[in-house]
Amino acid sequence: MSQKSDSDMFHKIVRAQAEYARAIDNDRLEDWPAFFEDPCLYRITTAGNFAKGYEAGIVFANTRGMLTDRITALREANIFERHTYRHISGAPCILSEDADGARSETPFVVVRIMRDGVTDVFASGCYRDLWRAHGAQVKLAERIVICDSSRIDTLLVIPL
Amino acid sequence: MRARGEERNEMNVATEASPILPAWPDGGVTRVPYWIFQRDDVYAREQERVFQGKSWFYLCLEADLPEAGSFRTTFVGDTPVVVVRDNDGEICAFENRCAHRGALLCLDEDGKAKQGFTCVYHGWSYDLKGNLNGVAFLKGLKGQGGMPSTFKMADHGPRKLRIATIFGLVFGTFSDETPPLDDWLGETIISRIARVLEGRKPVVLARYTQTLPNNWKLYMENVKDSYHASILHLFFTTFELNRLNYKGGLIVEGGGGHHVSFNQLDRAQLDKAYSDQNLRSDSNYKLKDPSMLQGFNEFPDGITLQILTVFPTFVLQQIQNSVAVRQIVPRGPERSDLNWTILGFEDDTPEQRLVRVKQANLVGAAGFISMEDGCVGGFVQRGVAGAPHLPSVLEMGGSSTQSSESRVSEAAIRGFWQQYRDLMGL
Repeated sequence: MSQKSDSDMFHKIVRAQAEYARAIDNDRLEDWPAFFEDPCLYRITTAGNFAKGYEAGIVFANTRGMLTDRITALREANIFERHTYRHISGAPCILSEDADGARSETPFVVVRIMRDGVTDVFASGCYRDLWRAHGAQVKLAERIVICDSSRIDTLLVIPL
Repeated sequence: MRARGEERNEMNVATEASPILPAWPDGGVTRVPYWIFQRDDVYAREQERVFQGKSWFYLCLEADLPEAGSFRTTFVGDTPVVVVRDNDGEICAFENRCAHRGALLCLDEDGKAKQGFTCVYHGWSYDLKGNLNGVAFLKGLKGQGGMPSTFKMADHGPRKLRIATIFGLVFGTFSDETPPLDDWLGETIISRIARVLEGRKPVVLARYTQTLPNNWKLYMENVKDSYHASILHLFFTTFELNRLNYKGGLIVEGGGGHHVSFNQLDRAQLDKAYSDQNLRSDSNYKLKDPSMLQGFNEFPDGITLQILTVFPTFVLQQIQNSVAVRQIVPRGPERSDLNWTILGFEDDTPEQRLVRVKQANLVGAAGFISMEDGCVGGFVQRGVAGAPHLPSVLEMGGSSTQSSESRVSEAAIRGFWQQYRDLMGL
């Protein structure tokens, strides 16, 4: 693995992650599934569940269609009090890079802003990702969202 | 009716932990005063009369305690509890509280204790049954200090719970007067737990806590409320996924506080349900990937949904192939923890396990058909903030606490309040 390709992948992941967070925080949720390959894996779990190897998540999807269904349900079916997120992501740590793609771990904090202005740290954790190159971009083959806490306040409807 | 009220008022007497409370409004269990969700003195009386009282509380799964020394910590109301399997294979539970100065004995959610538990503060130690068996510097040092000769270890220890298990579920109670678990549940509830869990070894697929911004009783009202299901939870309606003709019913049991709500298909419809028929939709909104709902025929009785509660804080859920237990823990008058344990079973095939993992999307903090229950209790808690002396109206389906075929009924909620008032002397 050359220094250059390593650096290329790093920058592509940083760029994709920045766009991912911006799409969610700016309520362009319909753009969110396109950050993933199809099929894919998207799972929200807790650090405790992840360490124990528990299979189910708080959210689980293994196709892009299931991601789209999450957003359609959020828009059309689910009832919740209006709120937005602000994602703050750290630098991705590249764990490995080979022909199958690049595995990385990226820390995040998500702040939740309720309609009345109440602002809380909603989640902190890390993304365990598998990125694959698609031309000049990278897409997520896998994103496991590992929340540090075992608690979710009230409900989780907007993706992390 | 009047005599009943007078009798209750006699029980509504002040004790140290619970001063006298306002009178329950007229209307029996069709009216619930909002102060019941707000007051510190109500909360204190609940700790004494409900949580330390004559009820059984779900603690954990037998599967959580596979071998001697395996433990889990949990709560009965405010009281922290350790549940552990001892060297004889028996399940024991005791307060997570050192008998010396009250510190927590066990600081982990789960794990394995080799010999027992030792308090980190002064090293008092306990065996796996919760018996005190060691006091650091019991006889002092070099003849100085130490405990007086009158001190007997057998006189000191955390309070122990009685334990009973049913189909892999571990229940405990602090009261010697609580009837045996089987009697307390009754045949109907036992058979309804059996149809989900009997003879099967559960496997934990996920475990997390949903923090609710509301009193614990608002969650129990919600889970017993078969009236709200098709109104608040629009997932199935929006995607037109629920087009089969279900029959079903609402069962109220025990002192009113246990309930079962269920949907059932007949044989012909059951076969249809497991083909793709029920996934076809004329709605404007279609699921792109309906595989989540393509379950397997696990329950030959055709029951596709069963929500069961055991008074006061336990829920067993079967929604299609999604099985979970939920335990509600109060955290003060206006907050509660909802602990979810999502289950599979040891003999699941990989395909069946994937179905359960996918259907876990239906429930929990991010559940397509349950996330609303996380916020709606908070809407009530905030809505009633200025109205402690006004009541809610629970007249759907009449005023009884009887079982019925119709689920457009608040009978199970009224049943909860009936049993709650009996225990609370309200």
